[in-house]
Amino acid sequence: MLDIQANLPVLVVVLPLLGGILTTFTGRGLLPWAWAVAVTGTTFALTLRLMATLLESGAPYISYELGNWPAWWGIEYRVDLLNAFILLVVAGVGFVTTLYARLSVRKEIPEDRHNFFYAVWILAITGLLGITVTGDAFNVYVLLEISSLTVYALIAMGKDADRRALTAALRYLILGSVGASFILLGIGYLMMVTGTLNMEDMHNQLLRMADLNEHRTVLVAFAFLVVGLSLKMALYPLHMWLPKAYTYAPSAVSALLAATATKVGVYMAFRFLFGIFGVGFSFYAMPSHLILLAMASLGIVFSSLSAIRQTNAKSLLAYSSVGQIGYIVAGFSLANPNGVAGSIVHIFNHAVTKGGMFMALGAVAYRVGGTDLRDLRGLGKKMPLTMAALALGGLGLIGMPLTAGFVSKWYLVKGAFDAGMWGLAVVVLFGSLLALVYVWRLIEAIYFQEPEGRSAEATEAPLSMLIPIWILIGMSLYFGVDATFTGETAMRAANGLLGGAP
Amino acid sequence: MTELLGIYNYWIYIILMMIGFYGVIAKMNLIKQAIALGLFQTGIFLFYISMAVVDGGTAPIWTTIGDGSVKALGPYDNPLPHVLILTAIVVSVSVLAVALAIIINIKRAYGTIEYDEIQRLEGDDDA
Repeated sequence: MLDIQANLPVLVVVLPLLGGILTTFTGRGLLPWAWAVAVTGTTFALTLRLMATLLESGAPYISYELGNWPAWWGIEYRVDLLNAFILLVVAGVGFVTTLYARLSVRKEIPEDRHNFFYAVWILAITGLLGITVTGDAFNVYVLLEISSLTVYALIAMGKDADRRALTAALRYLILGSVGASFILLGIGYLMMVTGTLNMEDMHNQLLRMADLNEHRTVLVAFAFLVVGLSLKMALYPLHMWLPKAYTYAPSAVSALLAATATKVGVYMAFRFLFGIFGVGFSFYAMPSHLILLAMASLGIVFSSLSAIRQTNAKSLLAYSSVGQIGYIVAGFSLANPNGVAGSIVHIFNHAVTKGGMFMALGAVAYRVGGTDLRDLRGLGKKMPLTMAALALGGLGLIGMPLTAGFVSKWYLVKGAFDAGMWGLAVVVLFGSLLALVYVWRLIEAIYFQEPEGRSAEATEAPLSMLIPIWILIGMSLYFGVDATFTGETAMRAANGLLGGAP
Repeated sequence: MTELLGIYNYWIYIILMMIGFYGVIAKMNLIKQAIALGLFQTGIFLFYISMAVVDGGTAPIWTTIGDGSVKALGPYDNPLPHVLILTAIVVSVSVLAVALAIIINIKRAYGTIEYDEIQRLEGDDDA
């Protein structure tokens, strides 16, 4: 009998990997979707179990050696509080968006491709979970490419609704591959110096080097990794692939990507900058905190300004996502407990908020047929529940009190004060102001205009869409009021990253 | 000077990678972009292979010698980067395959694979 408990860390990846491949054999009709729900649901249950096991054991981490090879020879999967939390977010949002996907996918993608769609869908989630769980640097690259390749395919499947999905996917493919290649190079240079691929081993080897801060190979590795990771997490100004990809992807895919893909990019940055190079090298010896802070601040301001100019609600949210990545990056660049905790909390908060909002827009696309701001006119009367979710999500983006967005911005501002960076606190508040402007454009169209044209015939979204939307939006509200679990987990994870007692 | 020539394969890796990078940025033809991307990644393969070299090293073959014990034939190159890059080659082929599949679909949807023409057509889509 398979011992599930002992093999939890690897099952989180193996189960959806096999499940995803098997999806291609599920034929047509409802079966591919039902199978995807079963696979992602079981995976979510496994990540819950993993989190519970970790908390019960009280140990700082669970280590799992693949094929019983000792960690420094083989691949080690290592689960600590940080990645258990991110796994929970990815698997949870993955499960909820799969629940949501049925009608949206049926409308946007021809039925003979549903089994392939759900196959790559599950494999994309597999890749993201794999990046999060692994403790081996090269394994990160392989799983990164698994998730990237499947995501390119998922975006391109939006071609039946709008042919621009194809060019958006190709653009993402080229930039994404260049980014991943930079990460591969960085890992290569690190291996040249340390002779190992195990992340913890790498860290220990680097610490042992006396001339670490001047060692040219290490510096080159660091430069390649920072640029590659920035591309992958869409840090301004390397975000050019993101807006179009999110705009033209099928609705369910936009929701999944906005909630998980860039967040896992940020997680990789945590592992490389804090885990492998260490805080001392990344943020004190190197000026990277200044560079990252500058990019993040510019990103918050300029992408929010771009968001204000958009006429398509999906691109508006996509540009807003680039700005929100700015908050997350600014948080961890502060390299103090409040800042890093704010960053981790915001990964969760933004995942549920933006995931819920993109799903609400997917419901609009389903009922109205488009997501232009013109298509949203007067929908507050026609689709009250969907639009209430969209509006509440919008308040979360602004960071209104009693929404989850407020909690993360609170940590961020506290972190900025701790670091003596008053400027960043100003940028965060200014960014909230800009968010108010673009969210207002949505709210104005929804509630202060009369239904017209296509939007006049719309009716409330079906229940199978409403429930997943409200699960995510409800969570963003719940964790805005009671942030004990997210806040404490993030704070402990942040202390772990910064080298203090977890 | 000899020091620079002695690491010539690293120079080749950088030159290959930069030719690929240039192609990705400057070429308008999507197929050329995809090929350039492949070249870019091939450069990285060469880098990994180069770093495995050990002075006077041979292939990592272990064999049974006279008294029945198993020994290496001599100093050997580090096989780990070779294995890693085998994986990366597979990844690169998959990337190229997905890229070509998307380009075929672009040709069907737009009737061209020239990026500037596609952008002009997309401008019409917006209107």
